[in-house]
Amino acid sequence: MSRILVGVKRVVDYAVKVRVNPEKTGVVTQGVKHSMNPFDEIAVEEAVKMKEKKLASEVIAVSIGPSQSQEVIRTALAMGADRGIHVEVSGKEYDLLQPIHVSKILAKLALEEKADLVILGKQAIDDDCNQTAQMTAAVLDWPQGTFCNKIEKTDAGLTITREIDGGLETIKTKVPAVLSADLRLNTPRYATLPNIMKAKKKPLKKVGASDLGVDTNPRIDIISVEDPPVRQAGAIVPDVDALVSKLKEGGHC
Amino acid sequence: MFANSSRNLLRTSIFHRCKSTLVVAEHNNEALNPVTLNTIAAAKKIGGDVTVLVAGTKCGPASEAVAKVEGVAKVLVAENDAFKGFTPESLTPLVLAAQNQFKFTHILAGATAFGKNVLPRVAAKLDVSPISEIIDVKSEDTFVRTIYAGNAVLTLRSKDPVKVITVRGTNFAPAAATGGSGAVEPAPAGDYAQSLTEFVSQELTKSDRPELTSAKVIISGGRGLKSGDNFKLLYDLADKFGAAVGASRAAVDAGYVPNDLQIGQTGKIVAPDLYVAVGISGAIQHLAGMKDSKTIVAINKDPEAPIFQVADIGLVADLFKAVPELTGKL
Repeated sequence: MSRILVGVKRVVDYAVKVRVNPEKTGVVTQGVKHSMNPFDEIAVEEAVKMKEKKLASEVIAVSIGPSQSQEVIRTALAMGADRGIHVEVSGKEYDLLQPIHVSKILAKLALEEKADLVILGKQAIDDDCNQTAQMTAAVLDWPQGTFCNKIEKTDAGLTITREIDGGLETIKTKVPAVLSADLRLNTPRYATLPNIMKAKKKPLKKVGASDLGVDTNPRIDIISVEDPPVRQAGAIVPDVDALVSKLKEGGHC
Repeated sequence: MFANSSRNLLRTSIFHRCKSTLVVAEHNNEALNPVTLNTIAAAKKIGGDVTVLVAGTKCGPASEAVAKVEGVAKVLVAENDAFKGFTPESLTPLVLAAQNQFKFTHILAGATAFGKNVLPRVAAKLDVSPISEIIDVKSEDTFVRTIYAGNAVLTLRSKDPVKVITVRGTNFAPAAATGGSGAVEPAPAGDYAQSLTEFVSQELTKSDRPELTSAKVIISGGRGLKSGDNFKLLYDLADKFGAAVGASRAAVDAGYVPNDLQIGQTGKIVAPDLYVAVGISGAIQHLAGMKDSKTIVAINKDPEAPIFQVADIGLVADLFKAVPELTGKL
């Protein structure tokens, strides 16, 4: 029986069209809808499924960020996680927090909580880094199973199918391990109202990054954040013939 | 003023001499992955010496190819059964050993499933913050990358002593595959066998078509195709162009085509000369993967579909009529 630590990040909702702020230091996040990073929902779902199959004894949801991060922990608890840990980092410190810091915090918690598995999303849809799982595995010196499409428990450890560029590959890892969830690992469940109510009573511990002894000094300076170049508006053609002649004009056929 | 500028020149040249980049080559034991050439181009933009590391169970073809690439000074070869499946658990100690010996200022790989898997592990071991999927190099410590599915462009300066970077291949023209004469040397020896992971098998999608991320023309289908069988319409059209076929997440999730055809924020990033989006609405996440294409054509029956906002040429029509007609007229 194993204990699973799941990392969840509060991000600007995937359906929001983000806007760069006028100071060009970031995107506008005030008053913008946030939710759990979609890949993290998949990670939570996988952990909860493992518990339902009696492969795990406890699922601990961790989020690192400002106080609002507790909302995504509550969502994870409503999906079936047993308890939450909120590592509070806010303001300027949070703006410059990178996967290197997050991975050290998660590694510390994984050891403190005696976790056998850490499951994360493959990337956060805000910074699009795709680093935290790999780095957490490195800090812990554990194997990494990234971009998981299927995870099976075996006597010796795990058999994992991974999404790679040309198709799929299968690896075996020992446990403890760090895994990252790809889109097709599962379909996350919705939290039902009774479960949302129950989640309010589940334990949620708050700690500071410094309590864990992790140095969160910034590793980067943000020089600027800007809008991407805008494409010139195109033309609508009336029929296939017009499309063919446009393609010929452009030298495409 | 003259003295000033010559001093600046001197300083610049000293910096140039100090910089050295390690590019971790991607290959499959049979051939070099072309993204390595784009990565070498990014390394050349940073400046300084470029060394390429080729590790695998069979390194001959890739190391020979890489030695001929223009601008490559040195090729480090590590042929060992330990690197079967290119597991990050075996490759990381090798990269660290090379780093230890040569003290590179930059370590680069292509932002592919391979590069994304390996480099963050290397960075964590070096205690540096890696930089993912750069689209430009401003200077030796300042890089450009996109965030929020390509909806914002971040320029950042790294404070770390070693820059560990993955490179978005489509943003760097490939380095010339000939004209170089890099010195081939063995990589630092070590015991790279590990027991944490074991590669079991691969199931690759077989295709005679060009590889998606380097194709000049891509025909891509979405939910509008309605079934996997209907993708045949796109294959027929693709044949006319010698194109690769891609898909939106909706088409992959519906099981029409395999995962590795997905184009978008979490799939592949492509920038072909011509991108034909058929039955794709154009969600933010899909646009993230293709909006740097030179010419975008959209065929969709919904005139309100967001894809038309980025398309150079749009055709509002039923794809089941328009695509066969287009195939016939090319």
